Amino acid sequence: MSKNKQQADIRSHRLDKDQIARNFGDLHPPLSRSEALIAADRCYFCFDAPCTTACPTGIDIPGFIQKIRSDNIRGSAHTILGENIMGGMCARVCPTEVLCEDACVRNTHEEKPVEIGLLQRYATDPVFDQGTPLFSRAAATGKKVAVVGAGPAGLSCAHRLAMLGHDVVVLNRDDKPGGLNEYGIAAYKTVDDFAQKEVEYILSIGGIELRKGETLGKDFTLQDLRDSYDAVFIGIGLGSTNTLGLDHETLPGVDSAIEYIAEIRQSDDLGKLPVGRRVVVIGGGMTAIDIALQSKRLGAELVDIVYRRGPEQMGASRYEQDLAQTNGVTIHHWAKPVELLGDDHVTTIRFERTALDSNGRLTSHGDGFELTADTVFKAIGQILDVGVLGKDAAGLEIRHDRIVVNEAGRTTLPDVWAGGDCVAGGDDLTVTAVQQGKVAAIDIDRRLRGE
Amino acid sequence: MADLKTTFLGISSPNPFWLASAPPTDKAYNVNRAFEAGWGGAVWKTLGEDPPIVNVSGPRYSAIHSNERRVIGFNNIELITDRPLQTNLDEMRQIKQDWPDRALVASVMLPMNEPTWAKYLPMVEETGIDAFELNFGCPHGMSERGMGAAVGQVPEYIQMAAEWAKKAASVPVIVKLTPNVTNILPPAKAALDGGADAVSLINTINSIMRVDYDSLTMYPTTDGMGTHGGYCGEAVKPIALNMVAEIARTKETRSLPISGIGGISDWRDAVDFLALGASNVQVCTAAMVYGFKIIDDLVDGLNNFLDDKQLTLDELIGKAVPSVTDWQYLNLNYVEKAVIDQELCIQCGRCHVVCEDTSHQAITHTVNGERRFEVIDSECVGCNLCVSVCPVEGCISMHQLTEGIDPRTGETISPEKADWTTHRNNPMRKTK
Repeated sequence: MSKNKQQADIRSHRLDKDQIARNFGDLHPPLSRSEALIAADRCYFCFDAPCTTACPTGIDIPGFIQKIRSDNIRGSAHTILGENIMGGMCARVCPTEVLCEDACVRNTHEEKPVEIGLLQRYATDPVFDQGTPLFSRAAATGKKVAVVGAGPAGLSCAHRLAMLGHDVVVLNRDDKPGGLNEYGIAAYKTVDDFAQKEVEYILSIGGIELRKGETLGKDFTLQDLRDSYDAVFIGIGLGSTNTLGLDHETLPGVDSAIEYIAEIRQSDDLGKLPVGRRVVVIGGGMTAIDIALQSKRLGAELVDIVYRRGPEQMGASRYEQDLAQTNGVTIHHWAKPVELLGDDHVTTIRFERTALDSNGRLTSHGDGFELTADTVFKAIGQILDVGVLGKDAAGLEIRHDRIVVNEAGRTTLPDVWAGGDCVAGGDDLTVTAVQQGKVAAIDIDRRLRGE
Repeated sequence: MADLKTTFLGISSPNPFWLASAPPTDKAYNVNRAFEAGWGGAVWKTLGEDPPIVNVSGPRYSAIHSNERRVIGFNNIELITDRPLQTNLDEMRQIKQDWPDRALVASVMLPMNEPTWAKYLPMVEETGIDAFELNFGCPHGMSERGMGAAVGQVPEYIQMAAEWAKKAASVPVIVKLTPNVTNILPPAKAALDGGADAVSLINTINSIMRVDYDSLTMYPTTDGMGTHGGYCGEAVKPIALNMVAEIARTKETRSLPISGIGGISDWRDAVDFLALGASNVQVCTAAMVYGFKIIDDLVDGLNNFLDDKQLTLDELIGKAVPSVTDWQYLNLNYVEKAVIDQELCIQCGRCHVVCEDTSHQAITHTVNGERRFEVIDSECVGCNLCVSVCPVEGCISMHQLTEGIDPRTGETISPEKADWTTHRNNPMRKTK
């Protein structure tokens, strides 16, 4: 354990202000009108469009693109946001390369899909910039619904409930609403405080009361809500980070990727953030890419991602992997961490080679390698902190550490619905969370109207 | 390389591409540039009486664009030349001297009285021009003064003016026709009867481009008011081709040489006009959109095409005319069905939805539970709509049924031709 005695090299201001500004500018700058018109012209307006089928929220993509073509931008935004109130954020963060754009028929002969994500942003940006009201509320029903968590699932649910005439109280743990949109997405994917702009727009429909600093299991219980509201929606995401299960995991320098991403997002002077010279990221999802790339863009010299399986199994899309690599991040596949070394700070992490055995199970070879590290980021997923559900959890079916819901978002408690990352069967995408919130709201409305 | 040297009415030019009478041929400066670029000839911007007309000092042009800002259709309200006649004549004389191998034609538009024609035509001819083109086509402005399309819409006037021109001129006389008529044949016949040596067509089509979506006035305007202009560019080509073919295939008019005009942008457009009966072509809009350099592709493309087809230019001229006929003579026993190449199909489903919504419900969207687009022969009428809308060229093609039974009609395919003139449903049918 005292093998390496080197000093950890972690410091701020590795890059000058201008370089930081360039590194954290918009990853995909928005389309100009002429670019959008040309991009829109490439849409074939497919029958029963494969892109729409591939969209978790079922946006009528050829429909909104047709409206871009005719300069009917407000109509286009309505088509998008009517299905996905977070269509603005999804335009920025959706892995379109595995969803709508992957399904685009243009891929067959050209391998170049219509730029659906950028077009969606083109259509929706003016709505958030100008606060264009597109939705109104139905006549008041007199029903009150509690939504726990102001992330994509909770806000989507709240907005739809408000549209349908219900009053909604959103209880949020964090100071700022938005959930992972605010705290968990790489800064260059959502510049100019877009997450807050989007939340403001969502709340502007009226009928939604947002309370901050309200933590489930601490400030109130699920039972409290069930006693005081006509229905409850849980969209609390995943509270705790997985552990590597290694000794010395609490060594300084072994950090949670999610927490550092949140710090980056909340920082008003990115240059001030301390970053290691050598950064090693453990994991293969979007969070691993986001932390690796942002470390690099803050000035880390050597950034390595180590993932225990191959590129096909990575949660991050091929596009994201390429993005990391073209930004100078090295990705090592088929290796798992086995030992953290360092006295008062992590200095080295040792890996073992892995492979699949004949039964498809992951095994390790024994041989391996070491990487020197000033910082080790764990980006190996999060788990639901079941404890926060309190004694009501007894009535809630939990499977694989997630809440079980049916296709309408109902839990096993009759007056409780759930959606987003905290439910089983999701794919940890913003767009899926939005859909689950919407679907649950429609079901809650049906139930409250006695249908 | 094929020889593109052309002789039209005895006027030779190094290629069959002339610039039409229009803004590109308004001055020696422009025509010089055109000839340097390689154009075979130019029809000078229409001359009129002195004092010259005046043009508006606001917008004269506007366009219909694709989303990529490609100009699809074009409109103008410019009148004939607004320069003194003598200025034009001096420049024309100089151009003809400097470019003896190029065709130079004088376009004229004069009031409808013979003395005026007798006065002006010899003055113009004296510059050394190769021919006259009588502008009976412009639909805007001058037509309000009884000239341009106002003449071209009345066959009797065409004939009268053609006769005056032939009397006053010793060089050939071409009559430029307006498409703003229901039938192009009477004007063409009138030109022939008046002694014209050839016709050129089409001039521009009466048009208003659009409204301004903010002011809700027509667009464009001059100080808030607008007027209809002449429409041209690639959007008008099919209209022009029909009129050219009508003249070329009709017994009474087919002896007239034709100079084809209307939306020619590349060499293929020229092939269309030549094959449908034009002996040379005139171009304006494409030059106004891209500049004179387009002549490179026009000449080179036509050359390569003729080489590939092993045709001479003369053999190409009129080649497609025999394939144009009246609807009543189409073979009603002939049956085609669409076939979709599943290897090329990208599964956009456009063929299905348009057939389903607007035609004959003859294309599937699902086969055995899979997304798949197949033609249902028992419903397919062979209309070619799916071929027209398919974004993948060559993916859907039409195939003739040569034998057996047409599954749609249940009738046996007959090798014999049978048209409407003898069809049993035709109350006016001819008996054999």
